[in-house]
Amino acid sequence: MKIFVPMDSAAKALGAEEVVAALRVAAPDAEIVRTGSRGMIWLEPLVEVEIDGVRHGFGPAEPADAGGIVDGTSARALGPVEDLDWMKRQSRLTFARVGVIDPLSLDDYQAHGGLAGLRRALGMSGQDIVDEVKASGLRGRGGAGFPTGIKWQTVHDAEAPQKYIVCNADEGDSGTFADRMIMEGDPFTLIEGMAIAGIGVGATRGYVYLRSEYPDAIAVMSRAVELARKAGMLGADVLGSGRAFDMEIRKGAGAYVCGEETSLLNSLEGKRGVVRAKPPLPALEGFLGRPTVVNNVISLATVPVIFEKGARAYADFGLGRSRGTVTLQIAGNVARGGLFETGFGISLGEVVNDLGGGTASGRPVKAVQVGGPLGAYMPVSRFDTPIGYEEFDQNGGLIGHAGLVVFDDTTDMLGMARFAMEFCAVESCGKCTPCRIGAVRGVETIDRIAEGDAGALTLLTDLCETMKDGSLCALGGFTPFPVMSAVTQFPDDFARQKEAAE
Amino acid sequence: MQSPNVTIIAEDFGHLISEHRDAEGALLPILHAIQDVCGYIPDAAHPLICDALNITQAELHGVISFYHDFRKKPAGRHVLKVCRAEACQSVGGDAVAATLLDRLGLDWHGTTHNGAVTVEPVYCLGLCACGPAAMVDGRVVGRVDAAKLDALLAEAGV
Repeated sequence: MKIFVPMDSAAKALGAEEVVAALRVAAPDAEIVRTGSRGMIWLEPLVEVEIDGVRHGFGPAEPADAGGIVDGTSARALGPVEDLDWMKRQSRLTFARVGVIDPLSLDDYQAHGGLAGLRRALGMSGQDIVDEVKASGLRGRGGAGFPTGIKWQTVHDAEAPQKYIVCNADEGDSGTFADRMIMEGDPFTLIEGMAIAGIGVGATRGYVYLRSEYPDAIAVMSRAVELARKAGMLGADVLGSGRAFDMEIRKGAGAYVCGEETSLLNSLEGKRGVVRAKPPLPALEGFLGRPTVVNNVISLATVPVIFEKGARAYADFGLGRSRGTVTLQIAGNVARGGLFETGFGISLGEVVNDLGGGTASGRPVKAVQVGGPLGAYMPVSRFDTPIGYEEFDQNGGLIGHAGLVVFDDTTDMLGMARFAMEFCAVESCGKCTPCRIGAVRGVETIDRIAEGDAGALTLLTDLCETMKDGSLCALGGFTPFPVMSAVTQFPDDFARQKEAAE
Repeated sequence: MQSPNVTIIAEDFGHLISEHRDAEGALLPILHAIQDVCGYIPDAAHPLICDALNITQAELHGVISFYHDFRKKPAGRHVLKVCRAEACQSVGGDAVAATLLDRLGLDWHGTTHNGAVTVEPVYCLGLCACGPAAMVDGRVVGRVDAAKLDALLAEAGV
């Protein structure tokens, strides 16, 4: 008997370890394989039992369900996992193996298409590799949406004794967990993507800057790097090609701003994680002043499938200038939260109401914050906005890392606006004045609005303009998005306070 | 696990430092290594780090004080981190945190009188579809409510 149980931290947080212990008692002879998560977090821990070669799901499982799962009588039975609506409706490219394979088995990895992309890339010139990424239309999945191939081209063309690939795994945005899930569920795909990037641009060394808040991901990634090195996937002679690429995992230290690429580079160099002014671009003067590709986890983890299936096949998915798939993370007060990978173009409303099933509390949806703490609060009236970089921009938002946090009608939007400013104040690196001082003044100004000072709203609007135009990076520059979207889309929450004071 | 190791001596710091000093950007790995052993960054380690990396005390202080993770003094025996970010707020995280702090009579970063638990805010654990989320010494907990908090605190010896 073969049983699969996720070791993804969301599954662990919901009791997967206790379920595994109970399964070992109920079926001492069964082989229990630990996997990543399929992304149906509301069903975690999701136990899968292989019956006649088909994996049947049981979830959300509790230790008491172990007996019933083993003998097939459990009321938690969901049927074949691949036939579930959530799975059938996806186009899983980046996440194809997550939840399916043992994350630390290179054999499993290769049996499911792993290393095909790297093998193909090793037969190509650096320029051909860069051209393939350009043709795929892949854009930075960390939030900025900059074309990945263009960035690679700059580093490829730069001349230097040493170049670097740096993976930004400082996934600090609330509502996002795709990076964590892929690092815990399919770490070799990130390693393969970084190796292809290295071979492509002529970089022999790479680093993953991984936030310390993800101890499980750090453990899995570190082990995967060791295994990859042992298997010759990393090192002086990548898969016997004679080309070199090696990498290591570096742990962050709890600073949100280090998700900003220049601040990340300073941190990686052992300095305060203070933002650097651009130019120079990190692609020309990055880590230790050398040309450096800085890409998000999902961007790099998507590279292998582009090389395996071809740039055209990837670019066939999507909408307008947003090509390929988006790894939506549906979170917050939502009935069915989790990760859903699909082509760009699906509407916000379809994601929240159809996939997510509305709120978990059963109350009406009030707002959805898209793109993390620096993303706008979208009201229900904007639910027809298609998920795409330009489409969101036109509607006053940004898709960022494609995390969506759902809020019900009990939410006080003034409180959320205040939190955005407070968070910016706590996490500001302190380099530029609009962010360092503006965020503190922002909290005070919102408190004045709460006390009924109507004039403070004009001041807040003015402050947000200053922060937007005058900040060095997205922390100070984008904090006005959640604040001003709350003000403009939910004016009652700001006016009601005034009436209360009167 | 988080308790200070009072027996640590200069040679031990030297060993931890030399293990990482040749790495590119060695300072964070060194600080993490020392904190993993001691539970904080003791002042006694400062001159040794500065000497090994050829940086000033001011630079070192700047780095240690910049990051939320690095401690200048020991924490409680267990560290309980509670997520304050938006996704957890949307499912009542604020109320959970308020109950916790109220019950322990602490503010954020405070430690219980018996030294059992230090309570810290964290901004996202990546458990945004199963919040409110918390972490005890690296172990993640989802859908935290009053009952789960009680169990966690009892386990930690509060």
